[in-house]
Amino acid sequence: MFDIDLWREIFQSINKNRTRSLLSGFTVAFAILLFTILFGLANGLNNTFSEAFVDDAANAVIIRSGRTTKANKGLQAGRKIQFKNKDYDYIKSDFEPSIEFITSRIYRNASASYKNEKNDYSLRAVHPDHQYLEKTKVTQGRYINQLDMKARTRTIVIGDLVRQDLFLKEDPLGKYINLSGIPYQVVGVFKDDGGDDEERIIYMPLTTAQLIYGNNDYVDQINLTYNPKYNYDQAIDFSLDLEKKLKERFSVAKNDQRAIRVFNMAMQNKGINQMTSVLGILILIIGMGTLIAGIVGISNIMIFIVKERTKEIGIRKALGASPPAIISIILIESILITTIAGYLGLLVGVGVLEWVGPSLKSYFITNPSVSQSLVIAATFTLIAAGTLAGYVPAKKASKIKPIIALRDD
Amino acid sequence: MLKIQKLHKSYPIGDSSLHVLKGIDLSVEKGEMVAIMGSSGSGKSTLLNIIGMLDEADEGDYILDEVPIKNLTEKKAAVYRNKFLGFIFQSFNLINYKNALENVALPLYYQGLKRKKRQEKAKFHLEKVGLLDWATHLPSELSGGQKQRVAIARALASEPKLLLADEPTGALDTTTSYDIMAFLQQLNDEGKTILIVTHEEDIAAMCKRIVRLKDGVIMEDNVVQQVRAEAHV
Repeated sequence: MFDIDLWREIFQSINKNRTRSLLSGFTVAFAILLFTILFGLANGLNNTFSEAFVDDAANAVIIRSGRTTKANKGLQAGRKIQFKNKDYDYIKSDFEPSIEFITSRIYRNASASYKNEKNDYSLRAVHPDHQYLEKTKVTQGRYINQLDMKARTRTIVIGDLVRQDLFLKEDPLGKYINLSGIPYQVVGVFKDDGGDDEERIIYMPLTTAQLIYGNNDYVDQINLTYNPKYNYDQAIDFSLDLEKKLKERFSVAKNDQRAIRVFNMAMQNKGINQMTSVLGILILIIGMGTLIAGIVGISNIMIFIVKERTKEIGIRKALGASPPAIISIILIESILITTIAGYLGLLVGVGVLEWVGPSLKSYFITNPSVSQSLVIAATFTLIAAGTLAGYVPAKKASKIKPIIALRDD
Repeated sequence: MLKIQKLHKSYPIGDSSLHVLKGIDLSVEKGEMVAIMGSSGSGKSTLLNIIGMLDEADEGDYILDEVPIKNLTEKKAAVYRNKFLGFIFQSFNLINYKNALENVALPLYYQGLKRKKRQEKAKFHLEKVGLLDWATHLPSELSGGQKQRVAIARALASEPKLLLADEPTGALDTTTSYDIMAFLQQLNDEGKTILIVTHEEDIAAMCKRIVRLKDGVIMEDNVVQQVRAEAHV
C-alpha cells in the first residue's frame, strides 16, 4: 500500500508550492493554537477554583469563635467566646446523625530542628478525624490515632516539605524532631493537594498540645463534615441549627455575627459548581467553534487549491491519471498539511501555556495545560478534519474533465 | 488503426443544443500524418477531443487499434489514454513546478513503471528531442520551441500508437513552427501515426493528408504531396 512514488509526488507538490502550503498550514496551525491556548487557560481557571477548595472536604463545616459584639442576657459585649473540649463533645453527641467526621484544632507556630536543619512551621493539634476532613494523604508511617490522644504522646505527623527540609534524604520515621525545646517522635509523613503551604504543617495530638501549651482544655476551632448523604437544603438546615444551638449555649445574641461563626462549604460549593460547569460549557463551545472555523478554513483553501490546480489535474488526466490517483494526491496532501500544521500549532500552544503559565497565577489561572487525552483527541480530529476538508475538493478534482481543464483561456 | 463512423456530437447551450459534429466518417491507417483543418467552430477540436478520449461522442462508432471506444469508465479511459495516445497541445501544458525530465516521466508514472526505469526512458526521449542538457530546467526557463519539444518528448514517452497534436505550432513563431514540424515529420518517417489539428495552410501542407471540416461535416479529404519542413528552416 505504501507507494513511495505517490509520496514523492505529494512532497514535490507541497515543496514546490510553498506559499500555498504554508498558507493552508498556517490556517490550521493558528486554529489549533487558539484552541489549545483557550482550552489551557480555561483549564487553568478551573484549576484555580478547584484548588482553592480541594484542600478541604466539600461537605466541611467550620466553626470559629471570636468576641461578642452585642450584649445579651445581662452579659457585656466584647466577651471572648472560647471553645473547650466539652463543646466538641456536645456537638459530637447532640448532632450525631448529621456528622461524618469531627475534629478540634489548635493552632501554634513552632520552630523545628533536626540535627543541623532548622525551620519554622505552623503546628496544628487535631483529632484523628482531621485526616479525613483535610483529605490528608499519609505517604509514610501513620496518622495520629486514638492511642496518641489517650496517652498524650509526643508524636507528630509532618508534611512532605517539612521532611524534605529537615531530613533531606534520611528516613524520618521514628526520628525525633525538636519543637521549641521538646523532642517529638515522627510517626508519619503526609502529602496534601492543597498546595505547598499545606505540606509545611506539623500535626500533633490535640491532647498533647493542650497539656504542653497551657495545660487547659481550650480549642481554637472545630471542623466537621456533615453527613454526605445530605442534600444541599439539609446541609444548610443542619448548619443553621448548629449555629443557633451554639449561640444559645454560649448566651450569644442571635444576630451576633462575630462571636460564633459557622461556615458551611455547601453554600460556597454550590456557586462554584455552577460557575465551573457554565465555564466548561462555554469553553467547549468556543473551542469547538475555533476548530470548526479551522476546518472550514482549510476546506476553503483546498477548494481554492483544486481550482488553481485544475489545469495540472487536467494534464495529469490526459496523461493517464485515473480518478483515484487524483483523489489520493489531493487528499493525502490535505491530510499531511493539516496534521503537520495542526501538530505544530498544538506544540506551540502547549509551549506558550508552559511559558506564560507561571506568570498567570495572579490572574486566577493556575497551571494552565491541556491533558494528554485532549492532545490525542485533537490529533485524531485533525486527521479526520484533513480528510473531511480534502475529500470534497479531491472528489471534485477527480471529476474535472480534461478538455475543460486544458481549454486555453 | 483508427476508424470513425457516423460520429455525432452536440453540446447543450441553454435550452437548445449546438450540433457540432454531424456524422463524421474518418479512418486513418498506421503511419499516416493527417492534418485536420477548419475554421473555428468547424468542430475540429471536438473531433480531436473525441479521438483523444477526452470527450465522448453522442452517436457513432470509434474504433482505435481494434478496440471499440465506447461507454468507458473514467478509469478505463485513463488507461487507454495512457497506452494509446500521446497529446501535444498548443499551450504545451507542461506542469510548471516539474522540470523537463519530470514532465516527460509523468505518463510513465501513471503507467506504473519503477522510478529508475522512468528516468531512463524519460532521458532517452528527452535526448531524442535534443534537450537532454535541459533536463533539470523548469518550463519557465525554456523557450516556446523547447517547451513544445519537451511536450513532444512527454507524448512519446509512453510509446503511444497515435500522436494527437492540437495546434502544436499555434503559440510559436514561423521558424520555430517549421522546426517543430520538421521534428514531427521525422517521427512520422520513423513510423508514428500523427494527427494534427491546425488552421494554418503551410502547416497542413507539411502533412501527407488534409481533412477539411466545415460546420461539422467533412468537406474534403485529400492526400497531398508533403512539403518537407527542413527546406524552410
